[in-house]
Amino acid sequence: MNGQSAAVVAHELTRSFGEFVAVDRVSFEVANGEIFGFLGPNGAGKTTTIKMLAGLLLPSSGHGSVVGFDIYRETEEIKRHIGYMSQLFSLYGDLTVDENIEFFSGLYSLTGSRRRERRDWVLEVAGLQEQATHLTSELPLGFKQRLALGCAVLHEPPVLFLDEPTSGVDPLSRRRFWDLIDTLTRSGTTVFVSTHYMEEAENCDRLALMNRGKLIALDTPAELRAGMRDPLLELRTSDAPRAVEALREVPGVLETALFGRSIHVAVSDEAGVQDTMVARLAERGIELYAIDNVVPSLEDAFVAQVRAAGGAPVE
Amino acid sequence: MSLNVTRLGAIARKEVIQLRRDTRSLVLAFLLPLLLLVLFGYAISWDVKDIRLAVLDQDRSADSRALIDAFRASGYFKVQGSLDRSQAIEPLLLRGSSQMVLVVPPDFSARLRTGKTAVLQALVDGSDANTATIVLAYANSIVRSFGLVTQLDARRVRPAITAESRVWYNEQLLSRNMIVPGLIAVIMMIVAAMLTSLTIAREWERGTMEQLASTPVSRSEVVVGKLLPYVAIGLIDVILCAALGVWLFDVPLRGSVLLLLVLSTAYVIGSLGLGIFISAVTRSQLLATQVSMLVTFLPAFLMSGFMYAIDVMPKALQALTYLVPARYFLVVTRGIFLKGVGIEVLRVQGLLMIVFAVVGLALAIRVFRKELHG
Repeated sequence: MNGQSAAVVAHELTRSFGEFVAVDRVSFEVANGEIFGFLGPNGAGKTTTIKMLAGLLLPSSGHGSVVGFDIYRETEEIKRHIGYMSQLFSLYGDLTVDENIEFFSGLYSLTGSRRRERRDWVLEVAGLQEQATHLTSELPLGFKQRLALGCAVLHEPPVLFLDEPTSGVDPLSRRRFWDLIDTLTRSGTTVFVSTHYMEEAENCDRLALMNRGKLIALDTPAELRAGMRDPLLELRTSDAPRAVEALREVPGVLETALFGRSIHVAVSDEAGVQDTMVARLAERGIELYAIDNVVPSLEDAFVAQVRAAGGAPVE
Repeated sequence: MSLNVTRLGAIARKEVIQLRRDTRSLVLAFLLPLLLLVLFGYAISWDVKDIRLAVLDQDRSADSRALIDAFRASGYFKVQGSLDRSQAIEPLLLRGSSQMVLVVPPDFSARLRTGKTAVLQALVDGSDANTATIVLAYANSIVRSFGLVTQLDARRVRPAITAESRVWYNEQLLSRNMIVPGLIAVIMMIVAAMLTSLTIAREWERGTMEQLASTPVSRSEVVVGKLLPYVAIGLIDVILCAALGVWLFDVPLRGSVLLLLVLSTAYVIGSLGLGIFISAVTRSQLLATQVSMLVTFLPAFLMSGFMYAIDVMPKALQALTYLVPARYFLVVTRGIFLKGVGIEVLRVQGLLMIVFAVVGLALAIRVFRKELHG
């Protein structure tokens, strides 16, 4: 393993809980300063992988290192060099904003002027100056999340692990949160973030797609979209759920997925598939308003990747 | 176990802030001990006094009146009045308005004067066996000395031997003097077990423990940092209880306050460690509180010799009491309060307190080490 070029290295990383293999021989490298996205449905093994890298969980097998430190033997060193924020809001609600910052400064052994500097910095970038003396439990969720991120980077760690940091937050707060992440990456921080919001995934330099514990694709968002070879159709119908059912059995249809109120259908490139689809919908009495060729979104790419990997996402 | 002062301080300070804002913990920490002390100090008493006594005097002689006066003069009995027929006895005992009825037969004086053995009947409400035993013992001793005096008076001689007994350390045999020092041992267990079960399990329930685990703070620092404020609370409670005991209940404090505080510190560290151990294993505030009650508070209360004498317990239970730390701490508090003894007498108990502290702390830290790596 080299700690020089890669901030995070995972090699054949595996973790099982009894019979259940939560993470199955996952390998990747994250470059310094990169925003590395971890995408996948719940239960895909994202959290387990992050916990192993953050030194919170020992792997069953495989290797890994963070900032050059081994994830088996040097977990204490790793903890000094990373920031970690979990999906669950995990600051102290009965402490004020200031007291939470003070507490984590203490845990990261910040003292004197550095401690004051970092406190002011966190309050500023998180937009919490006005709320410094408020109890944390009284803050809106978006504020709490920014404070949690602030507390995780008090010691200016080179690598930051964020496990679904914006789950349950409104889109506006999510945008502010990502602005904050941008600020951090500009100063060279490597960010390792898991999410199940596709729009957030677009912000990442590279994306790793996880499904059922396996890494099924790893590329830039643009490449992942371009990698979809099969044509993609968008249909608008009078009854989307029934249309999905009806189209699923049409020969040549590879994948159907609800996409808002419309349907995305991946089809093989053989001729006549479209005609059969139109006929089938008419047969079932479902009205077809429009049918278009569309540019695949990340979500389409993800659905296609899962299909290619031979399994449906675990709901 | 290397401890970083900055991190230790951060944990301890955070714990103090949380405590200050949590009414439930504050009540547990400061109000409950005082409440228990006042309650037990006033309510529990094994002293039997003012026994309600009714008399059926069928003799109505000078001797029978002298006997009843002897009961009255003893200070233990309150003579309620005399009955005129034996049918009146049972309703009194049934209702509980009398605890004992004394029946003096018609030939009492006559037999006494002719040197024959006079027979008295004492009917005692035995539904409370402990009290009944004590009542009978008092009655027997009054009657015996009355008989002796009457006999000797008749013969005009003095008794050859008299026993003058004196009780040491608790001269008036006040049960309160036993209860207050013993209660300190029980209260410390409550504070330790209940408070820590709240603080540690809360961190698991709210997910903050994972956040702690992701920082460089070590398990020993978390455990010791959390412990510090509670040790302080424990000591404040000891001082409060001791002061209240001395001023409100006149319990003597004859030994060294410093020794009491030192051994209390060891005892409270052990109890806290046990509490942390329990809440780290159960990981739920509710369950931790219940388990703590079962394995720390109840044994301290029932099996330490505080409420019930160990000597009269079944053998198996007696063996178990050797595992109850409060048993030894009770010897410490009663020894220091009532006997005024020092470390030269409490060497074994003192050593056991330190062993308890080390074991409790080690258990707590050990569990943490395991848990943080999931």
